[in-house]
Amino acid sequence: MARIIVVTSGKGGVGKTTTSAAIAMGLAKRGHKTAVIDFDVGLRNLDLIMGCERRVVYDFINVINGEASLNQALIRDKNCNLLYILPASQTRDKDALTLEGVGKVLDELSGDFQYIVCDSPAGIEKGAYLALYYADDAFVVTNPEISSVRDSDRMLGILASKSRRAENNEEPVKEFLLLTRYDPSRVKSGEMLGLDDVQDILSLHLLGIIPESKSVLTASNAGMPVILDEKSEAGQAYEDVVARYLGEDRPHRFIEDKKGFFRKLFGGKS
Amino acid sequence: MSLLDYFRISKPKSADIAKERLQILVAHERAARNPRPSYLPQLQKELLEVIRKYVNVDQDAISVNFEQDDNQETLELNIVLPDYQQENKTINS
Repeated sequence: MARIIVVTSGKGGVGKTTTSAAIAMGLAKRGHKTAVIDFDVGLRNLDLIMGCERRVVYDFINVINGEASLNQALIRDKNCNLLYILPASQTRDKDALTLEGVGKVLDELSGDFQYIVCDSPAGIEKGAYLALYYADDAFVVTNPEISSVRDSDRMLGILASKSRRAENNEEPVKEFLLLTRYDPSRVKSGEMLGLDDVQDILSLHLLGIIPESKSVLTASNAGMPVILDEKSEAGQAYEDVVARYLGEDRPHRFIEDKKGFFRKLFGGKS
Repeated sequence: MSLLDYFRISKPKSADIAKERLQILVAHERAARNPRPSYLPQLQKELLEVIRKYVNVDQDAISVNFEQDDNQETLELNIVLPDYQQENKTINS
């Protein structure tokens, strides 16, 4: 049986797709057969972040409608042969996704994969609801920013009431926090919410802090999940996230401001 | 923060303002998400019936309150018993 992970946030632009791509790659690189599914029907982007946009033939909706088999639609990643991508449809609308259809696809994947990562669209509409409905674990991606924290709290409410586990009175969905685009120097100077501030409100199990990093954009420009950039802080932070999720105990990094004396003095940008 | 910033007058930190606003907002939204449990009216009615077996109380002698904060739920039950002497008088007369 596969473990189903939803990467969710409510708010857009906080790093859901970046996170989905990174953790799916991280899990696969550690030897776990992993599928990552784009639930953003109509606005697919995961294929771009994973660098497989030119290899998309069939998509999630084709599989649900029986127009293609799962094997035809799944794209094997070019960097890791244990990682597969199921792209969203670019031409259909979100009503093409159905609860039963999604359930059937996840069920079929479950037999063959160890982890299924569901990349949720922003918002709280149908696509986001279907992405989280079957989840066992939820990675709540949050920016240290007021509207993102509020939306994350809203998503926690939905996970606790609308997921399959909630409806069936099963053990609740396990919720984890990923604090992304974190800038320790701005936290230190009091112009950005810090980890403790966010945790005072959300109090979730922290999987990791992803520092604001230029390498995220560089990675998406190239269509390479940022976790493959082992030199970058963001890449290392995602590597830690995957390790912690799999049960390793690693100290949290990238919380402290480590700007040098001269950059501090002259207000240099990190 | 650059060198020049050290000479500026200190203002309240914007992150602190953000946190305060968030705490108020989130508390409100959580309360709205978790309304009173639906069994409360029924509970109140049945409690009244049981109590009336033993003491003659009014309809509004019982109040049931439900409160919720971060990690606990409190069910507060308040029963106003009739004045004992008055009760005696009515029985005696």
